[in-house]
Amino acid sequence: MSIILKNGTVYDPLNGIDGEKKDILIEGGRIVDKVNERKATTIDCSNKVVMPGGIDIHSHIAGGKVNVGRCLRPEDHAKSVLPRTAITRSGSGFSTPSTFMTGYLYSRMGYTTVFTPAMPPLMARHTHEELHDIPMLDKAAYTLCDGNWFILKYLKNGEVEKCAAYIAWLLKATKGFVVKVTNPGGTEAWGWGRDCRSLDDVVPYFDISPRELIKGLVEVNELLHLPHSVHLHANNLGRLGNYATTLETFRIPKGKAANERQILQVTHAQFNSFGGDSWKNFESKADAIAKAINHSDSVIIDAGNVTLDETTTMTADGPLEYYLHSLSHLKWANRNIEMEAAPGVTPFVYSPKAATAAIQWAIGLELELLIRDPWKVLLSTDHPNGGPFIRYPRIIAWLMSRKYREKTISELNKAVNDRSTIHAVDREYSLYEIAVITRAGQAKALGISEEKGHLGVGAHADVAVYDIDASKLNGSEEIEKKFSSAAYTIKDGEIVVRNGEIIKTVDGRTYWVNPQVNEELEKEVMKDIEYNFKRYYSVNLANYPVGEEYLTRPAQVKIDTELG
Amino acid sequence: MKEVILKPKEQPNIWLEAEVIKPDVFAGKGLKDIEALEIFYGSKKARFGDFFEVSGTASDKAEDVRIVIAGDVSRTKRVGEDMSAGEIIIKGSADMYVGARMKGGRIIVEGNADAFAGQQLAGGELIIKGNAGNYLGSSYRGDWRGMKGGVITVEGNAGGEIAEFMLGGKMHIKGSVGAFAGLHMKKGLIVIDGSAAGRVGAQMTGGSIVVNGRIASLLPGFKFEKKEKDIKIDGEEFMGIYSKYTGDHAERGASGVLYVRD
Repeated sequence: MSIILKNGTVYDPLNGIDGEKKDILIEGGRIVDKVNERKATTIDCSNKVVMPGGIDIHSHIAGGKVNVGRCLRPEDHAKSVLPRTAITRSGSGFSTPSTFMTGYLYSRMGYTTVFTPAMPPLMARHTHEELHDIPMLDKAAYTLCDGNWFILKYLKNGEVEKCAAYIAWLLKATKGFVVKVTNPGGTEAWGWGRDCRSLDDVVPYFDISPRELIKGLVEVNELLHLPHSVHLHANNLGRLGNYATTLETFRIPKGKAANERQILQVTHAQFNSFGGDSWKNFESKADAIAKAINHSDSVIIDAGNVTLDETTTMTADGPLEYYLHSLSHLKWANRNIEMEAAPGVTPFVYSPKAATAAIQWAIGLELELLIRDPWKVLLSTDHPNGGPFIRYPRIIAWLMSRKYREKTISELNKAVNDRSTIHAVDREYSLYEIAVITRAGQAKALGISEEKGHLGVGAHADVAVYDIDASKLNGSEEIEKKFSSAAYTIKDGEIVVRNGEIIKTVDGRTYWVNPQVNEELEKEVMKDIEYNFKRYYSVNLANYPVGEEYLTRPAQVKIDTELG
Repeated sequence: MKEVILKPKEQPNIWLEAEVIKPDVFAGKGLKDIEALEIFYGSKKARFGDFFEVSGTASDKAEDVRIVIAGDVSRTKRVGEDMSAGEIIIKGSADMYVGARMKGGRIIVEGNADAFAGQQLAGGELIIKGNAGNYLGSSYRGDWRGMKGGVITVEGNAGGEIAEFMLGGKMHIKGSVGAFAGLHMKKGLIVIDGSAAGRVGAQMTGGSIVVNGRIASLLPGFKFEKKEKDIKIDGEEFMGIYSKYTGDHAERGASGVLYVRD
C-alpha cells in the first residue's frame, strides 16, 4: 500500500524539520522518496500536524506486576470499559487497561511504539505472552538486573566481563532489550527486610553498594554496545529529601557512549526530586535536578509526571510499595521472584487537594520546563505510577500553555505555590519540542533512531497526523482533545486509526537484543548458570529461556560487543 | 408527582441490565421515547419496550417522576442505579444492584432485593420490604469506599458482608443478618434488630453497630467497656440495657463501637 500525506505541517526533529509544509510518501511500510501517485492513497493534511508515531520509553503495559495490579483492583476496571466493535476486542481498566485495550488506546493517541520497563527474568514468558496480545504497537521489554544474585556476585568479585557475558545470556534468554535497574541493592536488601537508603549502604550477604552496582552495570552496558543505556530507577525513590541521592547518582557515570548517546537514563525522575525532611515541609527540588541535567553529558531523564488521578502504583521496588501502603493504608500486594526481583503493587490517589500530590504534579512539569534541552528529558508518567498514559495529551497541554498551568494551580492545594517554582515558569513548549519529548528524543535515547522516531527516507512508516492548525493553536482544551484523538495513525505503512477510531488492527514487532560474546567466556559463565540453577532455582535451566515463538514479529538486534 | 407505570412482560431467560429505569432518564420523555431506550439483554442490546409495557406520564423534572414497576423484576438488574431524585416503587422483587450509587430520591422494593442493593449509596432512601441479599450497601468489589450517605431500611433479613467499608449514612435491618456485618466499617450507623451471625464489625475502625438480638460470637478484637442503659447515637435513642464494646482492635487506632442488647 502506498500513501501520500499531502501538504501537512511536518515536525520531524531528527531531520531538523520544524513545521515545514511538505508531503510524506509511504510505500512498503517505509518512508520513501517516490511513489506512484496514481496508485497511492492521498490524504489531504493541509492545516494538519504530521509527526512521527509516538514512542513511549517507559510504560508498564505488560508483565507479572501489571497483572497483579489488574487482579488487585477490580474497581479500577469498573471505571473504564471499552465495548468490542466489529474489528476490536472489548477491554477494561482505567489505570491498568487489559492488553488489547492498551494497544487501541495508545494507537488512538498516535503512538506506535511502547516499551515496558520492568520484566523479572522468571516472568519473561508471561510478559511476552501479554505483549503478544497487545496489538497496534512495536514493543520491547527491559530485563530487570538489580536484585539478581549472579550480577551481585560477579560485580562484588570485580568480574565485569563475566557479568557482561551473563547479562548478554540473560537478555537473550528473556528476549529483553534493555538493562533495567530498580533501586539497586535495595530490592535485594528488601529480601532481608531492609533497604539501601544511601549509595554506600551495602546489600546484606553480598556486601556490595548501590554505587558499585550502578558503576558496574554502566560498564557492562557499554561493553555490550547495547542500543539503550542503563535504565535506572534510582535509590530512595519516593522518599523525603531523596534529591541529594539523585544528584549523587548523576555523578557516578562519566562520559558518553561510543554512538554519542547518554550512558545513564534516570527514569521517572519526578519521584526522585523530593526535598524536605517531613511531609509537612516536603518540597520540589526539580530546579536542582534540572540544573544538574543541564550540565551533564552522560545522563538524561524521563519526567514521570503526576496527572492528579486515582491510579495504581507498581514497581520492582518492593520496599517502596510497602512504604506507600503504610502511608495510605490501602491494599497492597508484594511478590518475591526467587533470585531475581521483589516487586509490589498498591493503589494511590493523587488528590489535587493534597499538598504532596500538588507538589509532585509541579515537579514533573518543572523538570520538563527547566531542563533547557528537550532531548535530555522525555515525557512519561511511569504509567500507571504517576497517572495513566491516556493523560499524555493533558501533559502536552500543560507544557504548551502557561495559562492552563495557572488554571490548574488555582485548583490545587496552595502548598504548590510555596514549595515549588511552577507558578514562576513562563516557558511554553512548541510543537517541535513536543515532537522531541514524545518521539524523536525517545527514539534517540533508546538507540533506535535509525528506523524510528523520524520521517526521513528509510524510516518505518509510523506516522501520526493530528487535526491541529499549527498557525493558530486554540488553547489548551483543543490541544488536549486533538492529541487524544489522532486524525490518522499510520503503523508500518497502514492506516490503522482515522478520526480517533481504530479502523484496522495490526500486530507490531517485539524487539530484543542479541549481544555476541566469545565462546570461551560464554562457556565459563554457563558453568556458573548451570550450577546455580541446579542449586537454587525452582525451574530447570532448559525451561528458562523464552523462544522467539512467543514474540509477535520478533525483531532481533544482533550486536557486536567488546567481548566478541 | 406524575407516575410512569412499567408492566413487565414475559420474564426473560437471560438477565436484563436496566440502569435506565430511573427518574433522571425518564424525566421529560414521552412513552415512545421510554420504550425506545436501550438496555442490555445479556450481552446484546435490546429495546426497553420489548420487555416492559409503559403507561402513564413522566414529568419534566426527575424529582417529580414516580416509576411504578407493577410486577416482579427478579431478573432485571441495576434498577435505579445512579439515580439522584424522584421515586421508584417495585411491586415485586428486584435483582442485583438495585439503587447502587444512588445519590437522592427514594426506592421501595416490596419484595426481595438480590445482592449489592444500595452499593456505594451516597444519598436518598432505599426501603426493602422483603429480604436483602449479600453485600447490601457494600463497596464495589475491591474498592475501599462503601456506602457514604443516605438510609437503607430492610424489613426482613439481610445476607452476609452488609455495609462493607461503610463511610456514613444509616442502615437498619429489622430482621437478622449473615456474617461480617459492618466489615471494614469506618463511619455511620448499623442497627440490627434480629440476630447477627459471627464476626460483626470485623476490622471496623470507626462508626457504630447496634445489635438488638443475639450475636453468634464476638471477635477477639473487641473489648468490653461497660453496660449502658438507654443509649443515644447520632440523636437516635435505643431503650434497654446494652453491653458496649470497642474495636476492632486488630486494626491500629480503631474506635468502632458495638452495642449488644442484654
